[in-house]
Amino acid sequence: MELRYTEAEEVFRAALREWLNSELPGMAPQPHREDWVARRKWDTDWQRRLFDGGYAGLNWPKEFGGQGATPTEQLIFFEETTKAQAPYVGVNFVGTLHAGPTLIEEGTDAQKAAHLSKILRGDEVWCQGFSEPGAGSDLASLRTRADRDGDDYVLNGQKIWCSFAHIADVGEFLVRTDPDAPKHRGISWLVLPMDLAGIEIRPIKTVLGSSEFCEVFLTDVRVPVSQRVGAENDGWRVTNVTLKYERGTAFVSELIDSLRLCADVAAIASDAAHLRELGRCYADFAGLWSLTKRNVSQTSRGTPGAGGMVIKLAYSEARQRFGELCLRILDREGLYLDGNELVEERLRTMSLTIAAGASQIQRNIISERVLGLPREPR
Amino acid sequence: MMWQRTPTQLCLECSVDLELSADQVSMCDGIRALLQGRFNPERVREGFNQSVYQELNDAGVFSLIADGFCWADAAIVFEQLGTFCVPGPLVACALSGELASHVEAHNPTVVEHLGHVDSVLCIGADVRRARADSLTGVLSDWPLDPLTPVTRVSAPAFTAIVGDAAAAIEWRQRGAVLTAAYQLGIASHLADMSAEYAKSRIQFDRPIGSFQAVKHLLADMVVRVEIARASVYAAAAHLDEPTDSGLARTIAVAKTLAGEAAIANGKAATQVHGGMGYTWEVDVHLYMKRAWLLETHFGNSDSHCDAIAASL
Repeated sequence: MELRYTEAEEVFRAALREWLNSELPGMAPQPHREDWVARRKWDTDWQRRLFDGGYAGLNWPKEFGGQGATPTEQLIFFEETTKAQAPYVGVNFVGTLHAGPTLIEEGTDAQKAAHLSKILRGDEVWCQGFSEPGAGSDLASLRTRADRDGDDYVLNGQKIWCSFAHIADVGEFLVRTDPDAPKHRGISWLVLPMDLAGIEIRPIKTVLGSSEFCEVFLTDVRVPVSQRVGAENDGWRVTNVTLKYERGTAFVSELIDSLRLCADVAAIASDAAHLRELGRCYADFAGLWSLTKRNVSQTSRGTPGAGGMVIKLAYSEARQRFGELCLRILDREGLYLDGNELVEERLRTMSLTIAAGASQIQRNIISERVLGLPREPR
Repeated sequence: MMWQRTPTQLCLECSVDLELSADQVSMCDGIRALLQGRFNPERVREGFNQSVYQELNDAGVFSLIADGFCWADAAIVFEQLGTFCVPGPLVACALSGELASHVEAHNPTVVEHLGHVDSVLCIGADVRRARADSLTGVLSDWPLDPLTPVTRVSAPAFTAIVGDAAAAIEWRQRGAVLTAAYQLGIASHLADMSAEYAKSRIQFDRPIGSFQAVKHLLADMVVRVEIARASVYAAAAHLDEPTDSGLARTIAVAKTLAGEAAIANGKAATQVHGGMGYTWEVDVHLYMKRAWLLETHFGNSDSHCDAIAASL
């Protein structure tokens, strides 16, 4: 056990800090939350700066234009950019963290050439078309059809919870190419240009009154078979290859930010019971920060532990408890959102226990994979 | 000495690492094997006595730091002691280097293991000692933790000053870390034994561990253990650092989370074991009661959370 970073890691941190100091003052002010064209420009401008600074694709292999950074360097990157309040990955999320790594692992040379460099430079924005109204936790039951017609697939169906679909250039879509096969074995993974005829996009207004998510309706959309990544009907496996890019660092920014918010809230809390509870919330986040480091240690040794699964579940619930406390501390000052980060966060974080695996599904996974408990009969 | 290890060197080439080193893995295996051989459940139920002390002392459990081990190593050993629910004033023995139990100055009248120790230390503004035979009181015939006898001492006098204010702070910090490590061991063992029970107990023609209502209780036990373990290891490794910047808060976090994990896992384990969890025969209550006892050592979670909030 060791609490120190190596000299090389400290050099990486110092260079990053210096770069952030020189880069951040040149950023335009953050656009209005509903101005999606401006938000796309702001987020992709940041991605371009990361690229020029040598920080784009931190976890991508060097041969594909990435940095091949160690897990600890990734940890430092998220820690420092969050502390400096640099832009979050934003609209570049799907491209840099999911679609890009998938293409690296499974794409043809032509597919890699068409997209990887554009993703890293901020020239191409991706969205994800996985969930459907009838396929949420049970994603593999998805029903959007892709019927083969010559060299094309013809797509019909409906996708939901597609972040940034209204401003994306392309999407990663899971479609059913064999309706007769067992549900995990009839799915294919497609790159879908979002300007094709027959695609209709409707933003979903969330509890924030905002619309990051969209519904996507597909009616007789023709897409070339060459847009498929991986073999036909092998899409479920293709979807899961990106898991190896997950180093347990997905929540670093959120955790660092939560620790900062605890300090902010301590400054406005005065009731002794509120303060005690705030100390308890801080302990939750600090414990998860230690677990993140431990998880990175284990992953670096090639022996990942339960940390990744635990962090998602525990963080999302801890953050909601903290949000409740914030509302009680704010009392009637929590009745408006404008300029009130804590209230906005309380609403935003309502999604944490649902998105990317509801807490109930996470508990099933932990009990089966960590403790080896039998599956519930289904 | 049971385990051979070169004393810890400060290593500038090591990256941040909260996983056990190869040396620590063998040390952990070593103490596990020792405890497995000597502290089966029947022996544990006999409680603490001179021979328990002597065997652990001979194994080096109470002289780890003097023998060149670091606090992270000590935490690993105390985690294993908790796993086996080994009874006794183990933390006080390790910190004082003698056969002693301890009390805290704000409530010095309930003394643990008085009949089996040479002296009792009192941690307050400084560290004081009283000879055990100088303290008199009423031995409870019904202690909360059946393996931790308690005596209600009237007018305890701790006259000999054996440590200054700085020593008292060290006692509290080191004591909190070793206690948290023991609490972690309790939480971890309760999760393991409950999972095993849930796999073997059949109701409605299937293992109860296949029902989501039970699985989710067990998943939450794992969550608490994983977070507590990372926090305890971080705090122990922090004790080994030359700088104490942020140390007090790191320790408060570890003690809070490990204490809560032990108690909450005690409740969950009782629930998973059903009626058997309410019996004297099944070990769950021994772990649960030790968890409640240790919550009163070196600051409970309320006091640590207050301290964390004040530090923000």
